[in-house]
Amino acid sequence: MTNNTRFVSGDEAIAMGARLARPNVISAYPITPQTIVVERLSDYIENKSLDAEFLHVESEHTAMAAAMGVSSIGARAFTATSSQGLLHMAECLHYASGARFPIVMMNANRSLAVPWSIYGDQRDSLGLLDSGWIQVYCEDAQEALDMIIQAYKIAENPEVLTPFMVNIDGFVLTHTYEPIELPEQELVDGFLPKYETLNKMSFEEPKSLCFSTSPEDNQEFKYMQDMAILKSIDVIEKTDREYGDIFGRYYYGMTENYKCEDADAVIVTLGSVCGTVRTVIDQMRDEGYKVGLLKIRYMRPFPIEDIRDIALKVSNLGVLEKNISFGYEGTVYTNVNSALSGLDLKIKTKNYVGGFGGRDISKEDIREIYIDMIENESFNNRVEYIGKECEYNEL
Amino acid sequence: MRPKVRKYIRPKKISEYPNTPAYESGHLVSINAGWRTFIPIVDSKKCIGCLQCYLLCPDGVIGRTEEDKVNIDYDYCKGCGICAQVCKFNAIEMKKEDK
Amino acid sequence: MNYNIRAKDLPEQEFHYGHKACAGCGATIALRLAMKVLGERTFSALPANCMSAVSFIYPQMAFTTNAMITPFPSTAAVMSGITAGAKALGIKNFKTVGFAGDGGTADIGIQALSGAIDRGDEMVYICYDNEAYMNTGIQKSGLTPYGTKTTTTPAGENLPGSIKHKKNMFEIVAAHEISYAATASIGYPNDFLMKVNKAKNTKGTSYIHVFASCPTGWGAKTEMTVDIAKEVVDCGLWYLAEYENGEFKLNKNPKEFSSVKSYLSKQSRFKHLKEEDLEVIINHRNKKWKKIRNNWVF
Repeated sequence: MTNNTRFVSGDEAIAMGARLARPNVISAYPITPQTIVVERLSDYIENKSLDAEFLHVESEHTAMAAAMGVSSIGARAFTATSSQGLLHMAECLHYASGARFPIVMMNANRSLAVPWSIYGDQRDSLGLLDSGWIQVYCEDAQEALDMIIQAYKIAENPEVLTPFMVNIDGFVLTHTYEPIELPEQELVDGFLPKYETLNKMSFEEPKSLCFSTSPEDNQEFKYMQDMAILKSIDVIEKTDREYGDIFGRYYYGMTENYKCEDADAVIVTLGSVCGTVRTVIDQMRDEGYKVGLLKIRYMRPFPIEDIRDIALKVSNLGVLEKNISFGYEGTVYTNVNSALSGLDLKIKTKNYVGGFGGRDISKEDIREIYIDMIENESFNNRVEYIGKECEYNEL
Repeated sequence: MRPKVRKYIRPKKISEYPNTPAYESGHLVSINAGWRTFIPIVDSKKCIGCLQCYLLCPDGVIGRTEEDKVNIDYDYCKGCGICAQVCKFNAIEMKKEDK
Repeated sequence: MNYNIRAKDLPEQEFHYGHKACAGCGATIALRLAMKVLGERTFSALPANCMSAVSFIYPQMAFTTNAMITPFPSTAAVMSGITAGAKALGIKNFKTVGFAGDGGTADIGIQALSGAIDRGDEMVYICYDNEAYMNTGIQKSGLTPYGTKTTTTPAGENLPGSIKHKKNMFEIVAAHEISYAATASIGYPNDFLMKVNKAKNTKGTSYIHVFASCPTGWGAKTEMTVDIAKEVVDCGLWYLAEYENGEFKLNKNPKEFSSVKSYLSKQSRFKHLKEEDLEVIINHRNKKWKKIRNNWVF
């Protein structure tokens, strides 16, 4: 514990991180379970601990559109949303990434209607991987706070200029409390300078932004966008090291590898469930099992190299995600499998999907996954739903 | 006062493109003269300099001269005929253009 | 204070030039005149519409000033962001301007507009009304008047074209208690210039609804654009008014209306109208003017 220790929820940590990043304008629409973020930010503006304008936008689509207006003038924008709101602004996500506006947005991962559920799963953001945003998934409130600050540094890099989504699990992280270390403002200021860019309107150099292209030119802009987000991998890793050097916390870049070196089975997963997996790993290792975790932090850009590196060591991978692409498999699983294609290795992979609409993924569930992976030579089905509360008989 | 058309060379390398979709305002690479069927001709003897044609040209091609009369940028005139129509002094005539 | 501007007082500089709009486009007249009043220190926002479609075709950029295209529903939302961001950066003496059409204002864009007015965000929002969704091919909009042939309200044996009247955007906006709102027409350009000038000097949110004839979409001769926009006011189907300090003021009160039939006859989009349709149009006009004359200042 230090003077800077705070006992806060994930939402509160996000708000604190946003305040430290010194955004110029906040435009956000409340939606459970993100509401505490916007409420705290409003408090900070009222008590003058944050010098920013709060636009009381009338919808999420407007929240992102306003953020684009802010960015278009060269100012720093912040917004936050979840599920239905994220989808409501979906058109604007493509717009912002195409326009190369380095907006930072927190997304509280929450299940998408129908059925309605305010509880967490990862279907909202995983369904938008193609929107051109950098996407990171946080394991705890400390990482959430730290990632908001890192997000601006990475997004605003002139070679990146890509908007950045910081995902935290709804309720599990947004509303649970943990002690965090609050970085000092001067150190953050030193790490994150003022946003400077040529990608803006100004009186010194009047520009026309967000123009249209004929078929002769469109692909070139898309290619440049793709290359920039790929380039961000270097920037992500460099920023992680720099942040760790200053603030004492490293997150190891695109992925984090926990006890995979000699593992017989590795779970590949993202978000808060990583914490549960670590606990199970420690318990099972005491019992003699050799199991490990590959925590995917960034889904975009995708950590192809890290996935391939693991595959050289471990030939039994289970991808665990709170998501399903109906009619096929989980999106994270598709991404992981694709990264493994072309490698001349014998790898066994399986997709474990669960945690929908806030269903808990317990230590027992994780243990069963590891046992399933270790005891079965081959798998009958590619995709398995876990945490079933009744029998899933033939329909 | 009025932007001029510039010579535009298509990029041969992708690095010659602007690296974001933001481009210099007032950058023109093509003219609109080819749209015309009729061309407005100003009779400056009849023109009293009321500036209604200048005011109401949708394309802004009618400019003011030093003598408070008007001239026309034929690179960008589309021949719509509004100038001739609004002129109360019959100082502009729309003539069929020989191409 | 006198906000009148004469043609010779306008800057000679062109701020919107080399665009690819149709010959005789009324919307470009409105845009060009507005920009001459608002000037260089502007940030213009345009949603998907004719004006943005013709002004930003890479690499031809027709605005000589700062401008951007916004998502279709978001003109006012992006404008709110521009104003807030510019203020935060300490940029002084600027105006955020929007040029949106029927859809961008009255239909898909109405939510964002309502929110921006409600927040009182500093901006000049100009709706150029060409009475249909012209950019996508002349489909009916919320601002399409009764009896109009559009591609989604064809006129035939069973229907007289569109069967609803224009959405009353001016009064909807005024109901928000906006700082300043006005109706205008390119057929009365000096009145329009005055109103843009007033909006330029208004603190808070301003809205100008300018009637902008579309020869392409209305089936009218390109040279008649301004004449038609004048006739619509003279025959009472459009009115020149302002809303400020909580009061509605009529700027022009015709003693006698000119012929509605003459106005409609210049446009093939009304060619199909029968006597009973004309009656509906005239009755609606009369009803509206009775209300105006009973309640507004003039």
